[in-house]
Amino acid sequence: MIGEIGHFALILGFFIALAQGFLPLIGTQKNNRHLMTLASSSAIAHFGAVITSFGCLMLAFITSDFSVVNVAQNSHTLKPFLYKVSGVWGNHEGSMLLWVTILALFGATIAAFGSNLPRGLRARVLAIQGLIGSAFIAFILFTSNPFLRLDTAPIEGSGLNPILQDPGLAFHPPFLYLGYVGFSVAFSFAVAALLEGRVDSPWARWVRPWTLASWCSLTLGIALGSWWAYYELGWGGWWFWDPVENASFIPWLIGTALLHSAIVVERREALKSWTILLAILTFSMSLLGTFLVRSGVLTSVHTFAADPERGVFILLLLGAISGGALTLYAIRAPLLVGGGLFSPLSREGALVLNNLLLATCAGVVLLGTLYPLVLEAVGAGKVSVGPPFFNATFIPLVIPILICCPVGAMLSWKRADLAGVFQRLKFVLLFVILIILFTTWMHGVKEVLASLGLGVAAWLIIGSFVQIIERGGFFKVPLAQALTRVFNLPRAAWGMAIAHGSLGILVIGITVSSTWQIEMIQLMQPGETISIQNYKITFKGTNSVTGPNYSGVEGEFSVTRGGKNITVLRAEKRYYPAEQSRTTEAGILSTVAGDLYAVLGEISDSGAWSTRLYFNPLVSWIWVGAILMTVGGLVSLTDRHFRVGSPKSAVKQPLSSPP
Amino acid sequence: MTRKGRRGVFIFSGLGLFSLAAALALTALSDSIIYFYSPTDLIAKKISEAQRVRVGGLVKKNSKFVESDGVTIRFIITDLENEVTVKYKGVLPDLFREGQGVVTEGQFDQIGIFIADKVLAKHDENYMPREVADSLRKSGVWKGPNLK
Repeated sequence: MIGEIGHFALILGFFIALAQGFLPLIGTQKNNRHLMTLASSSAIAHFGAVITSFGCLMLAFITSDFSVVNVAQNSHTLKPFLYKVSGVWGNHEGSMLLWVTILALFGATIAAFGSNLPRGLRARVLAIQGLIGSAFIAFILFTSNPFLRLDTAPIEGSGLNPILQDPGLAFHPPFLYLGYVGFSVAFSFAVAALLEGRVDSPWARWVRPWTLASWCSLTLGIALGSWWAYYELGWGGWWFWDPVENASFIPWLIGTALLHSAIVVERREALKSWTILLAILTFSMSLLGTFLVRSGVLTSVHTFAADPERGVFILLLLGAISGGALTLYAIRAPLLVGGGLFSPLSREGALVLNNLLLATCAGVVLLGTLYPLVLEAVGAGKVSVGPPFFNATFIPLVIPILICCPVGAMLSWKRADLAGVFQRLKFVLLFVILIILFTTWMHGVKEVLASLGLGVAAWLIIGSFVQIIERGGFFKVPLAQALTRVFNLPRAAWGMAIAHGSLGILVIGITVSSTWQIEMIQLMQPGETISIQNYKITFKGTNSVTGPNYSGVEGEFSVTRGGKNITVLRAEKRYYPAEQSRTTEAGILSTVAGDLYAVLGEISDSGAWSTRLYFNPLVSWIWVGAILMTVGGLVSLTDRHFRVGSPKSAVKQPLSSPP
Repeated sequence: MTRKGRRGVFIFSGLGLFSLAAALALTALSDSIIYFYSPTDLIAKKISEAQRVRVGGLVKKNSKFVESDGVTIRFIITDLENEVTVKYKGVLPDLFREGQGVVTEGQFDQIGIFIADKVLAKHDENYMPREVADSLRKSGVWKGPNLK
């Protein structure tokens, strides 16, 4: 019964979404107030229907209702509760339902909190959301229905891939989707603006918080995924330039460009075309990512099983949505007249450079991701493009962004004094050069790239806070007064400093853990000790372990340093009988200075075990950096100016604008 | 600066950036593309020792053998027509199993043994890397669901 309610609710949602899509647009054309206000109520109804559907699926999973095909294929009674819940989105059909639920959520939130949007704009934005929603619900209903029933319900389900039975991975999709799908709001606003024929500062002021919130969520989602890969996949690596990782990274890069470009539209009414294009592209890249993951053109532990029918459907959706939006952009872009003039050497100019560089980075990652697919499609063989390609292309392009970041943030609008900015940054520059020289002296010219990396990181961290220090007046006024001043600075200023600075922390983590990782592979008999970094690790032998739905073997590694006991690392090899597969769980000790990482291999005939031990210096700085970046974004989001009185036009608005 | 002049600066720098990126990408692509071969493909191709390639197929049953140092593992990859011997030093991924599909990456040594430095057990829910499934289908021995 629950499955049927869920199914019916979804079908209902489809029709409501269609109404939400078409009626308000007709309303804006015909100047019909009633049809336009229908947008808000239908958006909320749409959300109500879809969340009911999602709730029903979740209930089916929690109660282990195996008469529902989706539950039977992806769940098991012995699975812990958390993974029964996260199993809802751990498969294709359920995750698509999560996708449309979040899409509907954003629509409903705009309806509920957007009462200060002009009626026409709100109607159009919600209509686009509704159209996208209806398209994806159709996709679910026709190709990926989670509510299909099995005639004879099995007694037990097939279980969930054990690799996915993990807290990090349980939360990774919701955050990722809040991000990806959240960019649909920016997209809808962009298309609505194109339909209206007007992009202005108030438009940007409405778009920015939504984009920022999505960006924060996507950052967190990517970081979670990366952290999961690090502790679960057993190689001490955290980014593999896997096509599916790239599929989430490309929208992030373009979304970051969008975030910054929208600032210029709000402050200076310039870069309108850029911002609209970026808004369309960000969501298009999200859709492309969805296509890559679900169509079967890629194989990865991330992908869902291949079904060409789904792939074709998504490709058509992608073509219609992105293609339609880009065509509209091509037609309407000339209407977007630029605002303030600015010199290339100005904050606007720096942000244009930022746009260009980020877009190029995204383009290069896209190229590397699609190249194997294209080659295979034309029959030129199966190739793989891996980390060497991405490192050779992405890193040279991202370094200028990192270097320009603190400088750009300090340039003034319209026409800036570059020499003056460098004057203000001279102590930071001196410090950075010292760091580069010191690291090169300590580790040799061989690691000069690492030295440069550390220099860039220091430049970012300190350079980002120079403005705060200046505005506080430190060293010029009494400390207490400076602190008060700084505390009362607008949150946007703090947000920027924290986000840019934590980028530096991220860079340190990446540079140090890649350059100075120590890996040791050997056979160890129980009782044997190995030295790694300044730790001594003694293999104590193994014992058996059991969990709710697995059994296995656990290797104990006792860790000492300077004679003192630090901890015992437990590395497991588990066997999940329901899914008939094995996983390896690494034993990890995380400290600020680095991670000790132990993996149990296989037992040899002599009773010794093959083991892999790693020391990953400063690797946790990567996750800390990413989390702090999100915090910076959230701090910015709570800035007063996003909340205080939305701009209402002084002149009475016509209810719709001429086509 | 006029609007046109400013636009010129941006277009010029945009083009410059684009050319730089294109140059980087093309160089990197030609250096780092790694081709996938099945054992049958390898018979026809002459792969030099310096070339990094990927070799994949099914792990031949009962071919896994751990050498005396305890960490180097030897096994045979087959596409049911031809075979390649692979040596890998390290811990095999959990999804590695005899009789199932695997993709390895590395280089050949002088005597024709494939020294793998990566063993990829990436595959979808059906436990078969797509490249391996395709090559098995090509050699006519595919016995699984027809996914294409």
